[in-house]
Amino acid sequence: MNFATRALLELQETTLLAARAFGGVFKRPRYIPETIAQMDAIGVGSLTIIILTGFFTGGVLTVQTFPTLKAYGAQSQTGYLVAVSLVRELGPVLCALMVTGRVGSAISAELGSMVVSQQIDAMRALGTDPIRKLVAPRLFALLVSLPLLTVLADVLGIFGGWVTAVALYSVSSSVFLSAVRDAITTDDLIGGIVKPIVFSLIIGTIACRQGLSTEGGTVGVGRSTTRAVVMASIIVIIADYFLAKALQVILGTQ
Amino acid sequence: MAAEIHTTAPTISENAAESTFQEVDDRDRAIPAIEFRNVVLAFDDRVVLNKLSFKVMKGETKIILGGSGGGKSTIIKLVLGLLKPDEGQVLVDGVDITNYSEQQMMRVRKNIGMVFQEGALFDSLSVYDNVAYRLHEQGVPEDEVEPEVRRMLRFVNLEDAIDKMPIELSGGMRRRVGIARALVGDPKIVLFDEPTAGLDPPTARTICELAMKLRDLEDVSSIFVTHEMNNVQYICSEYAVVDEDGKVIFEREGERLCLTNSKVMMMREGKIIFSGTDEALRRSEDQYIQRFLRGH
Repeated sequence: MNFATRALLELQETTLLAARAFGGVFKRPRYIPETIAQMDAIGVGSLTIIILTGFFTGGVLTVQTFPTLKAYGAQSQTGYLVAVSLVRELGPVLCALMVTGRVGSAISAELGSMVVSQQIDAMRALGTDPIRKLVAPRLFALLVSLPLLTVLADVLGIFGGWVTAVALYSVSSSVFLSAVRDAITTDDLIGGIVKPIVFSLIIGTIACRQGLSTEGGTVGVGRSTTRAVVMASIIVIIADYFLAKALQVILGTQ
Repeated sequence: MAAEIHTTAPTISENAAESTFQEVDDRDRAIPAIEFRNVVLAFDDRVVLNKLSFKVMKGETKIILGGSGGGKSTIIKLVLGLLKPDEGQVLVDGVDITNYSEQQMMRVRKNIGMVFQEGALFDSLSVYDNVAYRLHEQGVPEDEVEPEVRRMLRFVNLEDAIDKMPIELSGGMRRRVGIARALVGDPKIVLFDEPTAGLDPPTARTICELAMKLRDLEDVSSIFVTHEMNNVQYICSEYAVVDEDGKVIFEREGERLCLTNSKVMMMREGKIIFSGTDEALRRSEDQYIQRFLRGH
């Protein structure tokens, strides 16, 4: 089987997995406790890395852009640049990449271990659909958690930029915050929410698909985990490019 | 010895004639619990099962012997619908399940117990939750779940381990919890996939005793996949009875009783090379079988 056929087959299987997971959301039994547990593991569990990533990304944006803006006499626009960069691009993408590394790998490894230890077969043998029991709660938890984590990363990034601008470059607090207010439009906020929703679908379906298709014992678990993280990261970045353009066209901001 | 091959749908009277039971008590018992008709399965170019046909009658234990990679575990996966055959039919309780969807198979699986090679217990759940899994999924109230879980754990002599996590259990205990989990809901078909592999002889004996109890006291039909000859010896030559004190004891067949509810089927490269009693297996002159029996 050549690369193109394999890629198409993989795309088909991943899409079918997502469709079956969402198809099962509205049927009984509903796995509400599992979904809440996954929201805790994915959302609450990722808070620390998102707080640190968001804060320092905002800070470093100020560090890198303030000297350039100052050279053109536009240092008052530092808040504008930090806010636009974070809300439109860095917040959703960095957040998705951090969650891919932490959550995508964990999902793939957990499901892969369950496959090689025959727990998935046991689940099916006991009359449970593993897609509804394992995949749907993880996908739903990611769909809820990633947009919220992205908003948090955006806010903390702007906070990090503000702290850096005020403390290191003596930018007036009101000037920075006024530029931030001018920068962010409703379209940016819509884009900042749509992107993480799409990214969560990408991360969740790829991680679950790779985990459930694990073959070859414990070595296979390692392989599928690596594949899940690499594939999800690359596809998130590629999808971000097309989403950015699509949102510009849809929202009329091009 | 030739394999049993059925090319046409057999009638009930034909099924009855092939049963290991000499007397068939009613029409329902004459319908095989499990039946394979010319089943073919291949993974890419490798044929795993090649026109396989056999029956497991009600209350019968079919021991499937064979070397690794011979297609033994694949048979169990086909019964559960975890795999689909490329050709042929798989029937459970006389119903053709070959083309059942995953949703339809969920209903079939509720009546079948499955014991996996390593137990396949859910790592994140306690022994109690593992055994209660099927009941929790069905939404059975907790006050009905606990007595059932305790009953099953008593059956496998593991009631003391009810609060333990799978990681705290030995290999033999994990298999026994796996058996308890498989028996919840009193399934009339139980599938054992190499349940004694890697266990010390006394623990392996305990697992075989559980299979015998199911066969002789619960009237369960089962497929027992193994490659260990001592399993065959236990299951084909001993039976479980309840003594005057209500205790389960195991007696050897002899002048008083000859076991007819256990049969051996040997597989090689996806084909049945022997089907019959353990005595006939030992008498077989097939070189592969003799080498398998001798171990060299």
